[in-house]
Amino acid sequence: MNKRLSGLIAGIPTFWLVVLFVLPLLFVLKMSLTEARLGLPPYHDLIREMEDGLITIKINFGNYVILAQDSLYLSALWGSLKIATVSTLLCILIGYPMAYAIANSPKHLQTPLLMLVILPFWTSFLIRVYAWIGILKSNGLLNNFLMWCGVIDEPLQILHTVWAVYIGDAYSYLPFFILPLYATLVKLDRGLLEAAADLGARPVMQFLTVTLPQSIPGVVAGSMLVFIPVMGEFVIPDLLGGPDVLMLGKMMWIEFFNNKDWPLASALTVVLLVALIIPFVLMQNYEQQDSKDKA
Amino acid sequence: MSKLRWLQITVLLLGFAFLYIPMISLIVYSFNESRLVTVWAGFSTKWYSELMDNRQLLGAAWLSIKIGFLNACLSVILGTLAAIVLVRFRRSRMRKPLDVMVAAPLVMPDIIIGLSLLLLFVSLENLMGWPERGQLTVILAHSTFSMAYVTVVVRSRLVSMDRSLEEAAMDLGARPLWVFFTVTLPIIAPSLVAGWLLAFTLSMDDLVVASFVSGPGATTLPMMVYSSVRLGVSPQINALASIIILVVSVAVLIAGILMYRQEKRLRH
Repeated sequence: MNKRLSGLIAGIPTFWLVVLFVLPLLFVLKMSLTEARLGLPPYHDLIREMEDGLITIKINFGNYVILAQDSLYLSALWGSLKIATVSTLLCILIGYPMAYAIANSPKHLQTPLLMLVILPFWTSFLIRVYAWIGILKSNGLLNNFLMWCGVIDEPLQILHTVWAVYIGDAYSYLPFFILPLYATLVKLDRGLLEAAADLGARPVMQFLTVTLPQSIPGVVAGSMLVFIPVMGEFVIPDLLGGPDVLMLGKMMWIEFFNNKDWPLASALTVVLLVALIIPFVLMQNYEQQDSKDKA
Repeated sequence: MSKLRWLQITVLLLGFAFLYIPMISLIVYSFNESRLVTVWAGFSTKWYSELMDNRQLLGAAWLSIKIGFLNACLSVILGTLAAIVLVRFRRSRMRKPLDVMVAAPLVMPDIIIGLSLLLLFVSLENLMGWPERGQLTVILAHSTFSMAYVTVVVRSRLVSMDRSLEEAAMDLGARPLWVFFTVTLPIIAPSLVAGWLLAFTLSMDDLVVASFVSGPGATTLPMMVYSSVRLGVSPQINALASIIILVVSVAVLIAGILMYRQEKRLRH
């Protein structure tokens, strides 16, 4: 192919992502090193021209000092890690049996079942989170149902607690876990299962020694697709969690929109980004392994 | 064996109950007479007529549809180009960096994308008075993460497609660009449609990024829904949700039937 044309084809998406994805992240880093002020724009620029014409660069690590010293932000980091971990575990707990059941159902049923898993994802995320308010609130569906069954005498306080956030996260991100795991499970080498069966392994043993180890890449990929976005989630903790549910995404939103402290919000974002590097690398590695398997 | 079957069916029933009960409850209570969403007071369609009179909400919906449409078109072009580079340009120096850059927005929390793009737009605006925050900045922001999703969809189609037709066309002397438009593009077209719909949905659904990069004149539908939901449950939102669920279900059903037919045809 024409060299200039192929350069253009490769150049356009690369340029787009460099300008609108990578460059903005550098702006966040820069903003996190500036000092907040009242007024517009709400920060002192990093590079300033003094009255005498001198150009000075003033780097301010104060925002990071605030983050390290104020226990509020540390609890937000801890809250994000804890909530993302528990939500991911919930997704594994609910999603693994589902993915397994779909992968082992008759061939002609698999596509419709998968579509049923994906369908909620196509409807509005915000509205699906909103649905849980009606279910979890003290006179909501769940409490009414449990009281009607006689399991409880008075309504449980679930909405505005961390439990509501776990449920909302697991519910919203479940399809992201099921899909990659299903893709791994259907590719499993059937011959190995048959060999295990021939050698006298019972179904449970077959699952533990053959299926489970082989499905680990799918579990890791799916888990990261849940863990990473949940770490920075704002909508779910805001709508379902109470004021004592602290997460990085929510703190950052409050600093930015309510307190108008752009530099501190940027510093929080940098912290969140750094916390996400390890899970992201983990995900990339498993993906590459996957594509190598294909090749 | 039959014990295992029952276990399998139970797992699926419970799982799908978890996924669908919230959505069904939204629809049921959208027909509730009472303003208290969870207390049943008789059948009524009054929330739907109130929704149709809500000019603000309809205006926001129209804006979101416009943004979603333009974003989807832009994302399909960008995403397809990226997919071609990743699958076909084996020796390009840009392949590896592009691969990482396309994977990142897929999982990047939207709050990071939103803030970082806002800071970029603010700096650009200070520097050269452009772009003004509003519809345009929302489209630019949405297409940055939507194109990544389009890339994934188109890429998997490009990887799995049979290249013999392309080779035949080349052997007959067709130029690469001509081959692309007459042979490759029709083959990968279903994935472009799927990518377009995905990009449109992502844009229609985004609250966080739009809240950061939008301007005073451009309130999208999710922004409107969010500010109303924050004040508590409202039957009008239930009515809106039911309409969205209905439209999406019908679209997915049609797509499913079309895919099923195509698969059948390919098997023959």
